[in-house]
Amino acid sequence: MPKDELKGGFRLIGTRPNRPDGLDKVTGRARYGADIVAANMLHAAVVRSPHAHARIKKIDASRALALEGVKAVVTRADFPTGLTGEDWNLQENTIAGDTALYDGHAVAAVAATSALVAQDAARLIEVEYEILPHVTDVDAAMAPDAPVIRAGYADHSVPEGMHPNVVRYIDFGHGDTEAGFAAADLIREHTYKTEATHQGYIEPHACLGQLGADGRGEMWVCTQGHWYIRRMCAAVLGIDAANLRVTPSEIGGGFGGKTTIFMEPLALALSRKAGGRPVKLVMSRAEVLRATGPTASASMDVKIGMKKDGTITAAAVNFRMQGGAFIGMSPVTEALQCAFACYDIPALMHEGYEVLANRPKAAAYRAPGAPMAAFAVESLLDEMCRELALDPLRVRLKNAAKEGTKSSYGPSYNRIGFVETLEAALAHPNLAAPLGPNQGRGVASAFWFNHGGETSVSLAIGEDGTVQVSVGTPDIGGSRASIALMVAERIGIEYDAVRVNVVETGALGVNEPTHGSRATFASGKAAVEAAEQAIAEMCRRAAAEWGIDAEAVEWVDGAACPAGPNAGKFPPMTIAEIGAKMGGTGGPISGHHESVPGGVGASFGTHVVDVEVDPATGKTTVLRYLVVQDAGRAIHPAYVEGQYQGGAAQGIGWALNEEYVYGADGRLQNPVFLDYRIPVASDLPMIDTVIVEVPNPGHPYGVRGVGETGIAPPLPAIANAVAAATGARLRSLPISPPKLLAAMKHK
Amino acid sequence: MTKIHVTTTVNGETAEFLTDPRETLLDVLRNQLGLTGSKEGCGTGDCGACSVLVDGVLVSSCLVLGVEAQGKTIETIEGMADPKGDLHPLQRKFIEHAALQCGFCTPGVLVAAKALLAQNPDPTETEIRYWLAGNLCRCTGYDKIVRAVQDAAAEMRGAA
Ligand code: FES
Ligand code: FES
Repeated sequence: MPKDELKGGFRLIGTRPNRPDGLDKVTGRARYGADIVAANMLHAAVVRSPHAHARIKKIDASRALALEGVKAVVTRADFPTGLTGEDWNLQENTIAGDTALYDGHAVAAVAATSALVAQDAARLIEVEYEILPHVTDVDAAMAPDAPVIRAGYADHSVPEGMHPNVVRYIDFGHGDTEAGFAAADLIREHTYKTEATHQGYIEPHACLGQLGADGRGEMWVCTQGHWYIRRMCAAVLGIDAANLRVTPSEIGGGFGGKTTIFMEPLALALSRKAGGRPVKLVMSRAEVLRATGPTASASMDVKIGMKKDGTITAAAVNFRMQGGAFIGMSPVTEALQCAFACYDIPALMHEGYEVLANRPKAAAYRAPGAPMAAFAVESLLDEMCRELALDPLRVRLKNAAKEGTKSSYGPSYNRIGFVETLEAALAHPNLAAPLGPNQGRGVASAFWFNHGGETSVSLAIGEDGTVQVSVGTPDIGGSRASIALMVAERIGIEYDAVRVNVVETGALGVNEPTHGSRATFASGKAAVEAAEQAIAEMCRRAAAEWGIDAEAVEWVDGAACPAGPNAGKFPPMTIAEIGAKMGGTGGPISGHHESVPGGVGASFGTHVVDVEVDPATGKTTVLRYLVVQDAGRAIHPAYVEGQYQGGAAQGIGWALNEEYVYGADGRLQNPVFLDYRIPVASDLPMIDTVIVEVPNPGHPYGVRGVGETGIAPPLPAIANAVAAATGARLRSLPISPPKLLAAMKHK
Repeated sequence: MTKIHVTTTVNGETAEFLTDPRETLLDVLRNQLGLTGSKEGCGTGDCGACSVLVDGVLVSSCLVLGVEAQGKTIETIEGMADPKGDLHPLQRKFIEHAALQCGFCTPGVLVAAKALLAQNPDPTETEIRYWLAGNLCRCTGYDKIVRAVQDAAAEMRGAA
């Protein structure tokens, strides 16, 4: 039976048991990044540039070092030189060299016997700056007169004559766009802009690091991926990766923003300088907003050609995205690849520019690049559907990519469920809800690749027949539960008999982070493979005891059984019996799986939103929200719904409230939650979800990965709903009340 | 700086500590009393992750100084389950409804929700949303949090 034909009939998969870490997390016992202490521990504080762009002329730490309780100060001089590529990038961002490149860029760090003393000491470190001209807007950074942020970093792809802030050019496409546009009945072209937003995890970055003079150390840190922390810290500090043992704390949200380092090497460098005493470093919210994350800001041209019946004949995009003052951080490639991935379009052209600006080094944020692309493309599609009086969902259905479609970014799709999401949206009762005055409905779709990534899992049978699984992907939203469900399903034991632990770097081979929607897909797939190995060994043990061939034994419902009448008549030998005597039958029984799993299943989602706009204030209220997304298979549906709802809430925030506001001085104006306003409970309605299940043939239970797609459709869906409610089309985000009010007046 | 001696009651037990007058109640709970269940998400009173009850009043402990705890009665997330460890209905319902993903906002949300149900045992969805508007959650979109609070309230009313 091909695995993609597996249709239900599961004992555990698809149920909603309590998560194993639930009790710890509702009682305050779970330990996050800042919740741990070590004997003889010091506390650190970081000195940050108040300027968007400035030459560092002098750093004088003498007054700080004279303060009682201060044990060490580090600057860039305490780090090795000669790094290249991304390692150099990481070091540059960890601590500025000659030049501070953005408001909030770390310049020095201090360790002291208490957090208060460390903060006092940081204020005593005197830094002399020479202020340089700066630029924070992506289009302004490309203009001929823009200040140069880093000269000589443009790669060979950049067309001649462009500003040095343009460091990469990408183009790809297929078909004859000229002929495609010529065949269209309607051609429209507009420019769209999105501001940078922050991942906004509620837990600030925090770590406790220790590093001795012998180059050996350890770190406790909130991260999505501790092997990444290990590799990056080792590179930035010039130590050996295997000498740094990194243990992940529970993680208070990441959304992509905790897949890299920001201040972790500072804690280690301070520890080394303070005689190896452990150093705890916890960021404030303002530091998080000024110096971590955020996502890129984007300026995007889109052109689409459509026939009267809604068939898209050709499309072209030109995207410009800045990812801060560092090379390789702008997700412009992903944005281009996602732009038309939902559709089967005969002629496409994509062009994009990566641009430097005096902003923090962008980090991944949930489906990096996809939300911006969706905003531009899905907004224009909606405008054209309105102009041609076509139903926007049916136009998407008409052009939808299917199994076998050559995707806009190259490969042909395996089995995918985009059409199914559109059909489920069309059938949903929210689509029939009546709309009143000042109310409007918007729809939009989006795509995300999903990801396999380096994965290493180990599994061991206990003496009582319970099973322990060691994974390297931190559990951000219930992955322990989903992995336990899959292992328990396969082995045929109870959910509670499987314990999934997220283990430190010393315990497994390299694991990529929990990113790319991969934890349940990749660690889950590897855990099932590891379970297969353990099952095979348990069958061998039973066969040896029964004196028959291992091939004559099969595994059924948690026990080894003779496979058919010729194998002999033996009662089933349960996992508990096998575990109890394994010491005498050959020793411990375990399974391992290490791979970069293939078979990643692409993800598609379609959202429908109803809004009401207050004509007096321009404030948009979300009345109803529907997320439809193909999960492949929902292992633990409650946590799948949770990913859909959480993604939608972040997208709604991006559409309506959230933005990085830079002043004329290049300083971030809103580095507190009061002003960087993420959605609160009273901003949102219940978020309805439909889990479409078109199983991914590349996973034993059909999993695709569900974490990321859901953030992209809200941006255009809300803009489309606002346009329907008011007649005003906002082509830049956020759709803040004053901006919308002005647009309503001028429409 | 000279430290100040403070005597207070935390989760029913007497607690004493010496505090720098600049330290917040949140710092004292976390760093001196080892009660790390209360979280710091912002330190500016905007996220609610540090929510505790002081003499029965819901406060952001990052906006209260440690010295202000003198003679007060403080309840934190660590005191929410009964002394035998049986969970409060809100805690149980949060697990059952998958009302937490990363769980970082959860202690503050639970403390705030308990304070709501103490004064309004049958809140509407809107009342729950406005009461919890000071507790930021970035993971859940609040849907399952609201449902868990509603379900816990229903159970508590039934049990009363
Ligand atoms: S930490 Fe107190 S409100 Fe955020
Ligand atoms: S569950 Fe992560 S912030 Fe609420």
